[in-house]
Amino acid sequence: MPAPSLEECCDACLRRTALLALLAPHVEVARHDRRLSGLLTLADHELLAAIAGRKRAWFEAAIERFDADAARATAARAGLAQLCRHAAGYPARLLEGADAPAVLHTLGDRSSLPVATTPAVAVVGARRASAYGLEVARALGRGLAAAGVPVVSGMALGIDSAAHTGALEAGGPTIAVLAGGADRAYPRSKATLHRRIAATPGCSVVSEMPPGFVPFRWGFPARNRIIAGLADTTIVVEAAERSGSLITAELAQELGRLVAAVPGAVTNPMAAGANALLRDGAELVRGAQDVLDALLGAGVRVVADGPDPAALEAPLRALLDRLGPRPATSTALLRSGEAPDAVVAGLAELELLGYARRVPGGAYVLAAG
Amino acid sequence: MLAHVITFAVRGIESLRVTAEVDVHRGLPAFSIVGLGDQAVREARERVRAALHNSGFRFPQQRVTVNLAPAYVRKVGAGFDLAIALGILAADDQIPAERLRACAVFGELSLGGGLRPGRGALAIAEGAARAGIATLIVPAENGEEAGLVPDIDVRAAGSLGAVAALLRGEEIDYEAEPAVPAAPDPVAEPLDLSDVRGHAGPIRALTIAAAGGHNLLMSGPPGTGKTMLARRLPSILPAMTQDEAIEVTRIHSVAGLRSGGGLARERPFRAPHHTISPSGLVGGGAVPTPGEASLAHNGVLFLDELSEFPRNALEALRQPLEDGRVVVVRKQQAAIYPTRFVLAAATNPCPCGHAGTTRCRCTDADHQRHRRRLSGPLLDRIDLLVDVQRPAASELRAGPVARSAELRDAVEAARERQRSRLRGTVARCNAEMSPMLVREHVALDEAGERLLRKAYEAGRLSARGHHRVLKVARTIADLASSESVGVDDVRVALGWRLDVEGSDDASAVA
Repeated sequence: MPAPSLEECCDACLRRTALLALLAPHVEVARHDRRLSGLLTLADHELLAAIAGRKRAWFEAAIERFDADAARATAARAGLAQLCRHAAGYPARLLEGADAPAVLHTLGDRSSLPVATTPAVAVVGARRASAYGLEVARALGRGLAAAGVPVVSGMALGIDSAAHTGALEAGGPTIAVLAGGADRAYPRSKATLHRRIAATPGCSVVSEMPPGFVPFRWGFPARNRIIAGLADTTIVVEAAERSGSLITAELAQELGRLVAAVPGAVTNPMAAGANALLRDGAELVRGAQDVLDALLGAGVRVVADGPDPAALEAPLRALLDRLGPRPATSTALLRSGEAPDAVVAGLAELELLGYARRVPGGAYVLAAG
Repeated sequence: MLAHVITFAVRGIESLRVTAEVDVHRGLPAFSIVGLGDQAVREARERVRAALHNSGFRFPQQRVTVNLAPAYVRKVGAGFDLAIALGILAADDQIPAERLRACAVFGELSLGGGLRPGRGALAIAEGAARAGIATLIVPAENGEEAGLVPDIDVRAAGSLGAVAALLRGEEIDYEAEPAVPAAPDPVAEPLDLSDVRGHAGPIRALTIAAAGGHNLLMSGPPGTGKTMLARRLPSILPAMTQDEAIEVTRIHSVAGLRSGGGLARERPFRAPHHTISPSGLVGGGAVPTPGEASLAHNGVLFLDELSEFPRNALEALRQPLEDGRVVVVRKQQAAIYPTRFVLAAATNPCPCGHAGTTRCRCTDADHQRHRRRLSGPLLDRIDLLVDVQRPAASELRAGPVARSAELRDAVEAARERQRSRLRGTVARCNAEMSPMLVREHVALDEAGERLLRKAYEAGRLSARGHHRVLKVARTIADLASSESVGVDDVRVALGWRLDVEGSDDASAVA
């Protein structure tokens, strides 16, 4: 036996992972009778009984042929580190849930998984988010990561990716939890983000499924339980009435973790879920500082100050004053009689300095925090 | 008897010498044409026969064989009629053959013996002059255009009879037969930027584009004036030089777009519809013809609703944009067409057209799809991204922001600086500078370098974008009559460009 290490991973856990991958196409049907978290806590033979049904013999034969060393080799080839729930380095907080994943596959910095003593915050929200939601998520990611708090999210479109991007802007740490194999960027359009997370120190992409695995529908709520389990606090930035992010919040609630939400406009259906959470007593979050205060005690750690508008030259400051949270195009910001050159150059400069940001479609908004 | 008549075929935008060899020999009366002609060439038999009769000549009741040499080149169109008819007359001794030997001719015959104008008169006259031919006889309507070429005596004639008279040494009346009465030109209203209210930003961007030959993309909601602005871009471009005008005339003549007249004076403005095919855009067809990109040579190619163009058509624009010319290869011929144009494109900022305002109903996914349609090869070759919005009510009541004549003066001055700087190179304006020329002529100071490096490191500029910003900065300095490029020029160039590059970053966030 080699000395126990972070990568240690026992055969039983690998076998469990392989079994789950094998049964994956049939889990969706079994979910009709039983809650997903209930299914995932079952022991191997119970899981087979619950899901495989009449094809049980076939599945048993297939899992008999399972070769743990081959699975280790496959993961190593894909560049993934494997860590099972019996290993010392397995995140303790995740074990609090009865349905903790058997094996965590990690791409990137394998020492980035939060241990019991380090706080971690999940930032989740809608895929179809507003410019405001994206801006807030990004600022949260940046502020938390700058204070050294890992930002956990699911790399989905919208809020999730904005939180990761913000954390990367601060140099990490951030952890992306995927429903499919950790080596596959899902969604595909986030391939660049996937690469950046895997390559940044202190950051990693994590999944319970083996390398190359293509997720099924149930994989996303299953992924959400890992996000909620890894983090101390789960913040919902923007979520509609029926949203996967609310599932994450509920799971966090069940684990006894802090649930927080960012308020949105009451007229905005995309923020209805987050606002409902607040009404039900979730912590109200206005920015990274609020989270740090709730997590560590008021004023223990202070969000690093953003750029100071007072340091700007007068014309740039005047231009900055015209920007707000609502997107505005350069033409809309041009006052009559003003030189267009000066305005476009000023906006470019404000963007490079981090005061302003461009939203899809080309308009500018004031950068948050 | 055998006769030779020199004529020319149009190939690409060049002409190729073709000899019509006519043999009239005893035998059963017959008339055949060989030499890889198309349907129009085969039908020349009927036109020539009727034209000879109706011009008072006799069609020889013998065996007539015509060969258009070189026989391996495909011959297209009716422009060989006159050469065939004159060959028959010379072989049959109805006109003197010796004068004909020093001439080149071209033109289509009507059944009545009249001469109809053909395509590519300028290219043919240039080819004839290069071949050292003394006299070129052309249809009356092509006379002015062919006459642009020095070193050759161009004679215009209205009919076969008039050509025969010329060859007999008689002076003829040019207006012998106005074959097709020219439609009166509709009085084109001169487009001027003084018709425009508001739009100070877009007008400034148009000025920079015109001054340096840069490509621009206008983005804005429907009905805000993108097309109106683009149509006025030619009004602030500098007047064409003689060489440029000749190039334009040659291309448009080959494409059959010129109905008589001499030199083209106006810079072309081409606005193809977005249903255009790749070969329609860059040139092509079984027998290559110039595409819109070439017809816009020395002018403006305007692509409205850029996101609606088929991707393969836009892909096809890459070579023309990069090289300033396009090579069209078809079965038996390759043609090279010049394509140096200013690309002006317009698009809605998102599928609903209202991005950046509260009226926008698009989701992030919609925005991304829209951007993906635009992005790729073309977006990287655009230097200025212009946001066009509805002018404010107060601007509508106010006077115009600028007049084309004033802006054009500024553009002319900036171009003059570029011309003297770039003398002796292939580049004619800043946009055409090679990386080497950019290094030579765009020396940044320390602050400018720092700013560019910052934008580059922030991921806001690709390597190509970096290079393009330098060229635009050069133009902005030229417009300010400054020989050095300062940090402010770079800042403004970045401002007009960041939008394009920034979009990649925004997609990483959303």
